[in-house]
Amino acid sequence: MSMLQIETDPAGMDPTAVPVAPERGMVGRSPGRLAWERLRRNRTAMVSGWIMLFLVVLGVSAPLVELLYGIGPYEQFQDRIANNSLPLGYLGGISGDHWFGLEPKLGRDIFIRLVYGLRTSLLIATSAAVITTAIGIVLGIVAGYLGGWIDAVISWVIDFALALPFLIFALAVMPTVTARFYGPRDEIDVPFRIAVMILLFAMFGWTGTARLVRGQVISLREREFVEAARASGAGLGHILFRQLLPNLWAPILVTFSLAVPGYITGEAALSFLGIGIVEPTPDFGVMISNSLDYMDGDPMYLIIPGFVIFLLVLTFNLFGDGLRDALDPKSSR
Amino acid sequence: MLRFLIKRLLLGALTLFAVSLVAFGMFFMLPRDAVATMCEKNCNAERLDRMRDELGLNDPLFDQYTGYMKGIFVGRDLGSAQGGRCDAPCLGYSYTNGEEVTDIFARVIPVTLSIVIPAAILWLGLGIGLGMLSALKRGTVFDRLAIGFSLTGASMQLYFVGGILLIVFVYTLKILPPPRYVSLWENPLDWAAGLVLAWMALAFLFSAVYARLSRAQMLETLAEDYVRTARAKGLTKSKAYGRHALRAAITPIVTIAGLDVGGALGGTVITETTFGIQGLGRTAVEAVRLGDLSTIMATVLISAVFIVVANIVVDLLYAVIDPRVRLS
Amino acid sequence: MTEPLLKVRGLTKHFAVRQGAAGGKALVRAVDGVDLDVHPGETLGLVGESGCGKTTTGRMLVRLLDPTSGSIEFEGRDITRLGRSAMRPLRQDLQIIFQDPYSSLNPRHTVGKIVAMPLEVNGIKPPGGIKTRVQELLELVGLNPEHYNRFPHEFSGGQRQRIGIARALALRPKLIVADEPVSALDVSIQAQVVNLLRDLQRELDLAFVFIAHDLAVVRHFSRRVAVMYLGKVVEVGDRADIYERPRHPYTKALLSAVPDVAAFGEPRQRIRLTGDVPTPLNPPSGCRFRTRCWKAQDICATEEPALITRDGSAQAVACHFPEPAGPEAAVLVPAQATAHVSEVTE
Repeated sequence: MSMLQIETDPAGMDPTAVPVAPERGMVGRSPGRLAWERLRRNRTAMVSGWIMLFLVVLGVSAPLVELLYGIGPYEQFQDRIANNSLPLGYLGGISGDHWFGLEPKLGRDIFIRLVYGLRTSLLIATSAAVITTAIGIVLGIVAGYLGGWIDAVISWVIDFALALPFLIFALAVMPTVTARFYGPRDEIDVPFRIAVMILLFAMFGWTGTARLVRGQVISLREREFVEAARASGAGLGHILFRQLLPNLWAPILVTFSLAVPGYITGEAALSFLGIGIVEPTPDFGVMISNSLDYMDGDPMYLIIPGFVIFLLVLTFNLFGDGLRDALDPKSSR
Repeated sequence: MLRFLIKRLLLGALTLFAVSLVAFGMFFMLPRDAVATMCEKNCNAERLDRMRDELGLNDPLFDQYTGYMKGIFVGRDLGSAQGGRCDAPCLGYSYTNGEEVTDIFARVIPVTLSIVIPAAILWLGLGIGLGMLSALKRGTVFDRLAIGFSLTGASMQLYFVGGILLIVFVYTLKILPPPRYVSLWENPLDWAAGLVLAWMALAFLFSAVYARLSRAQMLETLAEDYVRTARAKGLTKSKAYGRHALRAAITPIVTIAGLDVGGALGGTVITETTFGIQGLGRTAVEAVRLGDLSTIMATVLISAVFIVVANIVVDLLYAVIDPRVRLS
Repeated sequence: MTEPLLKVRGLTKHFAVRQGAAGGKALVRAVDGVDLDVHPGETLGLVGESGCGKTTTGRMLVRLLDPTSGSIEFEGRDITRLGRSAMRPLRQDLQIIFQDPYSSLNPRHTVGKIVAMPLEVNGIKPPGGIKTRVQELLELVGLNPEHYNRFPHEFSGGQRQRIGIARALALRPKLIVADEPVSALDVSIQAQVVNLLRDLQRELDLAFVFIAHDLAVVRHFSRRVAVMYLGKVVEVGDRADIYERPRHPYTKALLSAVPDVAAFGEPRQRIRLTGDVPTPLNPPSGCRFRTRCWKAQDICATEEPALITRDGSAQAVACHFPEPAGPEAAVLVPAQATAHVSEVTE
């Protein structure tokens, strides 16, 4: 550059010293606000967000729905079941009284069982997602920021956990853990089964978040704003939680929102295989597992729960994708 | 390269060793052990103890572990209560029907491979092809349909898809027989007819994931400067994309495919259960229901071996394709 | 002359890196025995090519990196090995401005929060409150104090750099290390930021260590200049001496590479250095510049030249065969150099 140019510059007035953004009040639009505005413009994400919200509210308020609907999840309507154990009427017994029809043989109402199944599924999936995300954040930040042998150990454990076949391992863990607390012929409590499933997901699920957070922290660690904080005398706590964490919320939120449908699928799969929730507790996986016996005569028994769980997972996935696009506009699908 | 290979093999062996420790520790440190599940009636303490003795469960844990490991590599004598001599690779005897676990596996692993291998070829071909094409035709109707397909597949449940396929092809259209396994060498046509629904179900779900991945990968590669340069210097579209973009885009996808063996194994467990085909997965599920710990343990080990070996193969392939890996 | 504010002696930083197939450790001698003095209120320019160790030196001065050996004295006190808590009061006197206006501001914090961070970390409650102080600082660096609640992404590169400067000023430091503060900016913005720094220096009586690879920017801003090559200071002196009468061959070569608008159109002689900068993993013996120097003799390979003043001139130079001191010296190109010198007509 030329010296003349500097010397002739009028004493340090910066013509661009007004913000580039148009003046619209004096409060700046935070990255979070901007993301929210982008999300609101994404029609797919908003529609799936509303459906998702509707399903969540439906599941959470299951007892209230039962009250309004007037039928409980364990009530049997044997008078509407034919001798071949299939429900009377068309399409699996769909009627004004039983919106989604009846289960073959036992004659329980499918709609209310789905609502309760929704509740079980969401309870397990969100708890597992919260726990795995928390573990993943802590271990990821520790490994990424401290580095050295701590990082090496955590990274090896992550690789190790990824080398374990989840479903097979789950198959193995479930009976051994229950055998630890229950005799071979004891009835196993539903809360216990739920707890074991959440534990299983926690054991395997944290690795993804930990890996992501670790990578993010490693890339942020060397940023100059972290050095600026250190140069001002900031301690480890300030750097990790005040400087780094606010930059991690976006990827964490995205993994969380995409982890929930993953665990919904996982829970249903375990229950489908008979190692998760069992009869008579209402559950998607159990229902579909039962429905396989009646595919020939009553396909609606498979199609209705299958479609509901598909819708649940799909809306969560679409919303999660939308969230990612909104939080990280550079990444295109 | 040799150094890399040795390092990778050692790491794989270490992982397998750790898996065996975890699996073994989990099963045999439990206070309520296998005999309680095996003993149907008349279970008094004396009888349980005698059964434990026969199974070697009263030995120190270390001896049990080394015994088990020795069985795998050189075979061992298990005493008359358990069927006597068990040749390498010995995985013990099923606690429920006394059959050698190795024999069970020899029967069911071909079934599982008959499901997974053709399905994997289908889902990789379909997924990668669809993803690449939709990246090249970005924004067209075809692209939108492909995105819809992959979104649907990614949110579908395997047993739901399997059930629908059964309802449509077996119960409604009646163009396929109920799923079953016939050996490929016995009758290839029956083999295919019995398993085609399982392949379709797996391929639909898994190809969705790969379609999505390869579309994103391809779009990224197409935006690279060197691909644009190739186009700019006058290479035809197909040549530029075929020669430069495709290879760069496909490498990471193949890696992911190799790392996904665990997912594929999980997939076959559900597929076999849905279609009632007796493969490794269904055997494992039944072993769990019956509390047959020796079979479960062997299943965990064998799956870990599959995964670790697949990872090593992928790493080596990657090192061959991408010299940067070797140097790092 | 007064007692220096910052006195650096034998400052050294070696990084261990893994190297080769055997995975053995090797040492990168990034900074190797640097001596510097900075007096209150003055600016020391630190110039050199990328990779010469100037940024590492700057990081060590504010204790973002721990030196391998050597000492740093601030106001007569040795701060080389002070722990974090002992260092804290000194952090208020020693601040840093970074090169990259994008990565140096936390994208999730408002400007107010960024500028207030040093106050918050050190538990300082300025009279009138933090907000008032932050707004004062924003005004001081030429930003609208009402933009307190905006986020970094709403500002241009030059404005972001001003925010970084405001943050460095928050603790009223005595010395600021400016690590290439303008090299990431557009040329037209560079001048504005440099002028701002110069005005601030006058107003607040700040001392600066101004790190740059751009000789023109350093000349504009610095009273004294130190030239670094491969982890060592090869020449240090007053601005006029360094720019008008460089004595080290490397300084001379660097200066000859700067296009001079005043001499536009005239044929001028430009020294072309041949070869690459040697790796700091295995620097040459003796004088580190000898592999690219047209004056190198046997002694340069065996004996390392000390950084000393010679021939009655004030500038210190680390060379066995320095250019002669004197006003006309720079104009002449030594006869031995002809093989390396090419005529360049611009």
